[in-house]
Amino acid sequence: MKNQYEDEEFFAPGHGMCAGCAAPIIVKWVLKIAGPNTIVVNATGCLEVATTAYPRTSWKVPWLHVAFENAAAAASGVEAAVKAKGEKTNIIVFGGDGGTVDIGFQALSGMVERGHNVLYVLYDNEAYMNTGIQRSGATPWGAWTTTSKVGEANPIGKLRPKKPIAKIIAAHNASYVATANPAMFQDFKKKVEKAMSYDGPRFLHVLSSCTTGWRHDPSKTIEILRLASDTGLFPLYEIIDGDIENMRITYKPKEFKPVEEYLKMQGRFRHLFKHPEYIKKLQDDVNAWWEKYGKHYIK
Amino acid sequence: MEMITRGGVITEPGNSMENKTGSWRVFKPVINYEKCIRCMICWQFCPEPAIFKVKDEEEKKKYEAPKDAIKRLPVPVIDYDYCKGCGICYNECPVKAIDFVMEER
Repeated sequence: MKNQYEDEEFFAPGHGMCAGCAAPIIVKWVLKIAGPNTIVVNATGCLEVATTAYPRTSWKVPWLHVAFENAAAAASGVEAAVKAKGEKTNIIVFGGDGGTVDIGFQALSGMVERGHNVLYVLYDNEAYMNTGIQRSGATPWGAWTTTSKVGEANPIGKLRPKKPIAKIIAAHNASYVATANPAMFQDFKKKVEKAMSYDGPRFLHVLSSCTTGWRHDPSKTIEILRLASDTGLFPLYEIIDGDIENMRITYKPKEFKPVEEYLKMQGRFRHLFKHPEYIKKLQDDVNAWWEKYGKHYIK
Repeated sequence: MEMITRGGVITEPGNSMENKTGSWRVFKPVINYEKCIRCMICWQFCPEPAIFKVKDEEEKKKYEAPKDAIKRLPVPVIDYDYCKGCGICYNECPVKAIDFVMEER
């Protein structure tokens, strides 16, 4: 079915997001699918700072920003107000990984637990890119950041794996949770449409590359994101009503590409290539994940 | 100095269009319409968005196409006022119809 608003833009150009940033691609498509009857609540982050430099805004729908930690709480209030007025309006939150998996996590957990009818979209660029590439709970194992530096004492970079935020939110019994990747465009679009069709708290974990923090050529944004799913490093799945045992993997590459292909395109993983055992560890982790969960892939 | 609105409210939706971010560009994507198959993948992935769809019948005829039948489809056109020259369109074009050339001003 063709979306009624597909050819309209609710996100205007002239914003200050870096050339090659994937976040505006995610935002423009979520808004095209949601349409004009939408209120956006934004957590602090690159997206908020770069799209609303006073007195200008890139948003063509009502937009609200309060603070870093409370986007989900603010959205809960907006939703309660809309409900009290007896109106039907889409409430969508956009938050980065810092504003979602770390700083805004408590508010998000509360919003989902209380069952607010809100779609929360996490655009995950895997570090605090806005303030200068500090590690976050979503930074993957082995990534260089300015607070997981690589040197003699620590040749790896970040020493802990990424928080499984989609599963954490699914464990709250959210009505719809999915991981998505704008490079896998049809799957991404279908998941946004599906998320819009559910009531209650919904959560989309969307991978978003950062040219500055991932250290890559801006033109390679989509190519790198595609490799994230084609290597199996960022699996795409959905979980309905918190039923994690019956999660559904929506994309499985016909042939998995080696993780090197994804890693070698990004400066933040360059140090790993001095130690083949680290790359092997990442490959083993991916293989183990698919060994364990691959059966959840349903065509 | 402009007066600051109460609560920092901005009442004009999408007025960031006053910022002509095309001045950021170092490399410039140029669509070769005689190769372009109108798949709209560039439009789909443009992060600005600085690529728009021309749907007007008369306007569409102004652009070359590899085949006459393709001339019926909407045409992707780059708005250089806003294109920052990231090159995603150039990298993703499936028929290599986009050149990426040094900007000259």
